[in-house]
Amino acid sequence: MEKSGFKKSYFLLILFLLLLVLGINLGEVEVVFEKGITICLSCIGIE
Amino acid sequence: MLDIRRWIQIVSTVLSNAWLLFPFTKTIYQGKLKSVCVPGLNCYSCPAAVGSCPLGAMQTFFANIRPSLGTGNFHLGLYVIGFLGLLGSLVGRMPCAWLCPFGFMQELIHKIPSPKIEIPQILTWLKYVMLVFLVILLPLFVVDLFGYGDNWFCKYVCPAGTLQAGIPMIILQPQLRGLLGTVFAFKLVILAALLVAMVFIRRPFCRTLCPLGAIYSFFNKASVFRMVHHPDNCVLCKQCYRHCPMGVRFYQGANQKDCIRCLQCLRKSCKFGAISYEVAGAVPVEKKQPVKES
Repeated sequence: MEKSGFKKSYFLLILFLLLLVLGINLGEVEVVFEKGITICLSCIGIE
Repeated sequence: MLDIRRWIQIVSTVLSNAWLLFPFTKTIYQGKLKSVCVPGLNCYSCPAAVGSCPLGAMQTFFANIRPSLGTGNFHLGLYVIGFLGLLGSLVGRMPCAWLCPFGFMQELIHKIPSPKIEIPQILTWLKYVMLVFLVILLPLFVVDLFGYGDNWFCKYVCPAGTLQAGIPMIILQPQLRGLLGTVFAFKLVILAALLVAMVFIRRPFCRTLCPLGAIYSFFNKASVFRMVHHPDNCVLCKQCYRHCPMGVRFYQGANQKDCIRCLQCLRKSCKFGAISYEVAGAVPVEKKQPVKES
């Protein structure tokens, strides 16, 4: 396959890298952390 | 002797569940690593889990999006979407084969000697229904008076959550047993049915229900790492299909939605040089030369 067929791959890589960085800058890492250290009983079907 | 993929699956499973002090603490790991998502399905309410499940985290963002916007925080889940998209853009569905603890467990259970059966192809589309409804739409739009939604897939379906978190937590914290109800019973039935199915069917959960695999599958045809089919070398012996843990008919084309890039077909099945892979278009070093039939 020609390397030009990978332009879409590079575009997606950059796009999702930007989204990741944007999410980190918006403080979403902290949200994941807060959720991760709490036992969510309803999330696992208890309650 | 175990091949390299098995070793990586073992290491990934151990690293994803490395908090071994939980029998003493009686609760889950609460260290800083919990802010990092793991690439596979691994419940973050599992007492041993050291990372967060990306699917659970994504649902949480969607379920809390209204209150978040209301308070001026634009927490849309970009961190998780970016993480999954970045991984998918690099290797497509490869994490399912190499890093997912629940996928690993399914392959081990499938080794139990028994008659093996195939599932209808149409069932493999069910995971997209799960993704659209239980992971995206219902958490976004079915909300309570305060605007909070539910993690629908985790709450009503996820067998990894039942196995890794639900059952261990009711053992560790007996007071939780009084809270068990119909939902948990329903989830136990799903888990039991899948455990039985794993004996007879190749990776039944990954192929039919897993929304995480569904997300990664969108990238299979557009990732930097891609499988390549060489039809001129293919003799349609179907050995690739027989050895594939996902039941993919590779001879019908590379990078199908259920191909998890385990490379089993390349390493163990094809003797004719009909299968290879490429990284950003670069010719793979592992490409086999076709075996000439006399």
